[in-house]
Amino acid sequence: MTHINIASLEVGQVIGSTEFLLTRDSLVRYAGASGDFNPIHYRDDFAQSVGLDGVLAHGMLTMGAAVQVAVDWVGDAGKVIDYGVRFTKPVFVDATDGAVLIVTGKIGEIDAENGEVRVDLTAVFNDTVVLGKAQARVRL
Amino acid sequence: MVNVNVQGKKYPATNPYLVGREKIREFAHAVKSTNPINLDVFAAQAAGYNDVVAPPTFAVVIQERSLATVLNDPEADIDFSRVVHGDQRFIHARPIVAGDELVSVLEVASVKTLGAHSMVTFETKIFAEGDELVCTAISTLVVRGGE
Repeated sequence: MTHINIASLEVGQVIGSTEFLLTRDSLVRYAGASGDFNPIHYRDDFAQSVGLDGVLAHGMLTMGAAVQVAVDWVGDAGKVIDYGVRFTKPVFVDATDGAVLIVTGKIGEIDAENGEVRVDLTAVFNDTVVLGKAQARVRL
Repeated sequence: MVNVNVQGKKYPATNPYLVGREKIREFAHAVKSTNPINLDVFAAQAAGYNDVVAPPTFAVVIQERSLATVLNDPEADIDFSRVVHGDQRFIHARPIVAGDELVSVLEVASVKTLGAHSMVTFETKIFAEGDELVCTAISTLVVRGGE
């Protein structure tokens, strides 16, 4: 278990960065695990019929993967007490190559009195930020 | 166009959902978690939990059950094929743990109209046995207007 000394932290400090490969397999797996079987997440013909360029990742998969950077840092998934994002850009998942999502976490705010830290997450796909205001409040 | 009159409407509690250990593991793998607290009972117990802990976004599974009720409500008039997820937030009073039996109660917090589009914000409160509030899930859906 990671033990983090809150006094040693600074706003702006990078706490971690992870590269996630999202493949069509990842999307089917997430569909099954979450119960979200919208075909725009696994059928090219369907995605194109509703005007999309192709199959895209579930926003909730991007959100769920991104927070792992904060989870890995604190070492305990149960310590993320508040987590929100805006879905600003789609992540298209190529049938052959998948999509690479690069997530970086930084300290956004330190609340030493309550032993809590806000981690700001930046999720990038194809040089574009895909989540807005992705913030996880973590209890240390 | 979403019926603005459903703003403030509350939907009845869903049937209880029993959170399974293997469901948590399955969901954790799906969101690329490698955190032992999600996967390993002994690691979770060593950290003070009764069983494996759900990833921070697992509550979406419970929220979906309430949302399905709204999407099937003719009064709300939401065309699911035109829905895009706008934003999502989970505020946890405590983590969800395997063995929890959860119900959810949804309220339509707001309905806003922007040109042909509607933005609907839902607040779903998730309770464990004994009316213990576990999580508040807030979700905004954007419903694109017809052409």
